[in-house]
Amino acid sequence: MKKRFTDEDVLLKIRDLKIEGYSDETWVPIIKGVDLTLHRGEVMGLIGESGAGKSTIGAAAMGYARDGTRISDGSIEFDGMELTTASETERRALRGSRIAYVAQSAAASFNPSHKLIDQHAEAPVHYRIKKRMAAQEDAMELYERLRLPNPREIGFRYPHQVSGGQLQRAMTAMAMSCRPDLIIFDEPTTALDVTTQIEVLAAIRDIVDQFNTAAIYITHDLAVVAQMADTIKVLLKGEEVEEAPTREMLENPQEEYTKSLWAVRSFHSPQRRRPADNTQPVISVQHVDASYTGGEKVLDDVSFDIYPGMTVAVVGESGSGKSTTARVITGLLPPSSGQVLCKGEPLPPRYQDRTRDQLRQAQMIYQMADTALNPKVRISEIIGRPAQFYSGLRGPKLKQRVDELLDLIELDPAKFYSRYPPELSGGQKQRIGIARALAAEPEFIICDEVTSALDQLVAEGILKLLDRLQSELGLAYMFITHDLATVRSIADEVVVMQNGKVVEKGPKDEMFTPPHHPYTDLLLSSVPEMDPDWLSTVLEERGVDNLGEAADV
Amino acid sequence: MGKLSRLILKRLGLGLITILVVSVLIFFAVELLPGDIAESVLGQGATEETVAAMREQLGLGRPAVVRYFEWLGGAVQGDFGVSLVSGERVSAAISDRFVNTLFLASYAAVIAVPISIILGVFTALYRNTIFDRVANVATLSTISSPEFFLGYILILFLAVRTSMFPAISSLSGSMSFADLLQRTFLPMLTLVLVVTAHMMRMTRAAIINLLASPYIEMARLKGTPPWKVIVKHALPNAWAPIINVVALNLAYLITGVVLVEVVFVYPGIGQLLVDAVAKRDFPVVQACCLIFAATFILLNLAADVGAILTNPRLRHPK
Repeated sequence: MKKRFTDEDVLLKIRDLKIEGYSDETWVPIIKGVDLTLHRGEVMGLIGESGAGKSTIGAAAMGYARDGTRISDGSIEFDGMELTTASETERRALRGSRIAYVAQSAAASFNPSHKLIDQHAEAPVHYRIKKRMAAQEDAMELYERLRLPNPREIGFRYPHQVSGGQLQRAMTAMAMSCRPDLIIFDEPTTALDVTTQIEVLAAIRDIVDQFNTAAIYITHDLAVVAQMADTIKVLLKGEEVEEAPTREMLENPQEEYTKSLWAVRSFHSPQRRRPADNTQPVISVQHVDASYTGGEKVLDDVSFDIYPGMTVAVVGESGSGKSTTARVITGLLPPSSGQVLCKGEPLPPRYQDRTRDQLRQAQMIYQMADTALNPKVRISEIIGRPAQFYSGLRGPKLKQRVDELLDLIELDPAKFYSRYPPELSGGQKQRIGIARALAAEPEFIICDEVTSALDQLVAEGILKLLDRLQSELGLAYMFITHDLATVRSIADEVVVMQNGKVVEKGPKDEMFTPPHHPYTDLLLSSVPEMDPDWLSTVLEERGVDNLGEAADV
Repeated sequence: MGKLSRLILKRLGLGLITILVVSVLIFFAVELLPGDIAESVLGQGATEETVAAMREQLGLGRPAVVRYFEWLGGAVQGDFGVSLVSGERVSAAISDRFVNTLFLASYAAVIAVPISIILGVFTALYRNTIFDRVANVATLSTISSPEFFLGYILILFLAVRTSMFPAISSLSGSMSFADLLQRTFLPMLTLVLVVTAHMMRMTRAAIINLLASPYIEMARLKGTPPWKVIVKHALPNAWAPIINVVALNLAYLITGVVLVEVVFVYPGIGQLLVDAVAKRDFPVVQACCLIFAATFILLNLAADVGAILTNPRLRHPK
């Protein structure tokens, strides 16, 4: 990974870049003067929280301003060509041919109406670099290099016929189609499971190495950037915090902000044990099978217990049945066999048949606070309605209760009582989601990926809040997540799910010490670590052909 | 393919059931009239004997359900009974007229649909430019004026002032195809002006709606020129809503032409319907309504099937 770069090799030179975004009828600065120098073959990691302007800078490196943004000042020089003054046609001629882009969600960024290989061949044919047949041949070769299964056949499928991790690799292949000098990777693995992420990371690193392509790697995941980048640049609110070679940055960050990012996983909640007396579990899932109408079995003999005041983390890849289990517990999806007990009493399978007191017991907090809160309803009503429904509070008593709940989630009632969700930040919205769940005075809350849409610092705040509420109110949590770092910091017990089955369960400390079930082991060893040699080590241990989807468990 | 054909068969079945329900509504709506058909046809001046004779002739003494099934059985074979006014077979009276209406509708559709979609694509491509605004204002003003008014304006300028086209679109059997097109030009133009705005604006909206999709941004970042982004990347994914609006407008071209046919004295089914209503000729009214309903349902069915066929997820299952 050690490379030396000289001044002659400079490919991209951005100086004092300023970008503005249009909101509320005025132009507000998004990027406030950023410099960036990238050499041929260099991989630079751009990291920062959402809103730091990483993606905006990535697009600007292509001379592209997204709808509603404009480049207001500064210079962007790509291989001697000034992009800010070039004509749109000149800039467009670079895109796809000399600078390519890999988007966050490959599933959304491939056109659903065209075959992968046709989309792949579009740029080379358009630029008359290759004839269609030659471009397709080349696509198959790239698919093979990126270790896609059936490289000669997979391109003739439509995007919805290919899995997420494969699509992300196909998109990397597409970016390579014209052998560009620079590729912008915009959070290419954020939407993937850890086990899939690892193979995509390996594929990207390989191909960038093979063609000596320069890259800007945008991510909010420090451990990922540590594997990929030669240099790391940290951004905060449109400004550069610092830049240094990867190892130096990891070992010796200079700025306070960078140090706080590095230290973010410091929060650990002490592990609790099951009560020794024969207390009934607050929720007991017993031999549950479930399927969606007419479909295959999604849950297969799922059983686990959640004891009062404890946090049970349910982990697994997407599609493993974590959220379906939550739907069965809440009664949204009646199981086809098995039952759910609440403190020893069986719960009716359908939520329509449950009493108010049974409904109260199963509250949910959702992943996307954005979509889980009605944007046209005031905070007071969002929290007030369940308080009224479950406790029958009215008038001044109801207001007092809402104020209490807002206090609990550390938001000032005077400030937030009559505001609407869109006026709030992501973390604040998630807090409102928590307050809404608390308004029912439950003993048990299901947290469905509550922190995965949030920045690390904000997520940390939410975890601390949940932990505090747990010890103050004696709540039990079912914590659905695919993020094992979150599991380490907050869980008491862990349930590992795969393909609708529970493959392993137990107290956290046991789960994190070997020997593991092979699938647990795969999950654990796939979580990126801050060590820049981590990826290479894992690849050596597993062998390149034994990654992620290819790994047979 | 199994899943796809099952889906389409299901839609067809639903369409059939809808037509049945509509036929029940049409038949029993007439039954609900105060008094009975004989009384309302003959009017208040009729004597007891004539009313009784008419009842006898129409078979009104038997239960409505039995008569419904007789009527339905006939209708399925194309026999809608006998006109109360002329004594002619309803099917004979309708068939020529319906062919004329279909001709006018197809004439208008062949011109309006391509124009609307092309205009829609161009307004999406040059959105918020002068071209877009002019196209929007023009089509909106034509849709917001009543069609008989549009018809008269066209007659005033294209028939009375310049005499380029005939103001009255009466037909005769010996006309050549070119004559026919010229004769029916004004009603066609009126219909085109009425339906274009709807289809054009839907095409524009469906495309613009997709322009914020990640795959459109991806296409742009691959250096695809703007027109190709719209035609190759947005349009194929916008077909479903466009097809639906096109089908609704085609149905309107057949069922909504009443006023236009009256204005241009065009011998279509709409005029027949107006006459039949005025003369309380119930078998004709029922037949026209059933044909209109069937057209509507058939076209919407076609739109549903079209939308299914343009969805790559259904066309190419996993």
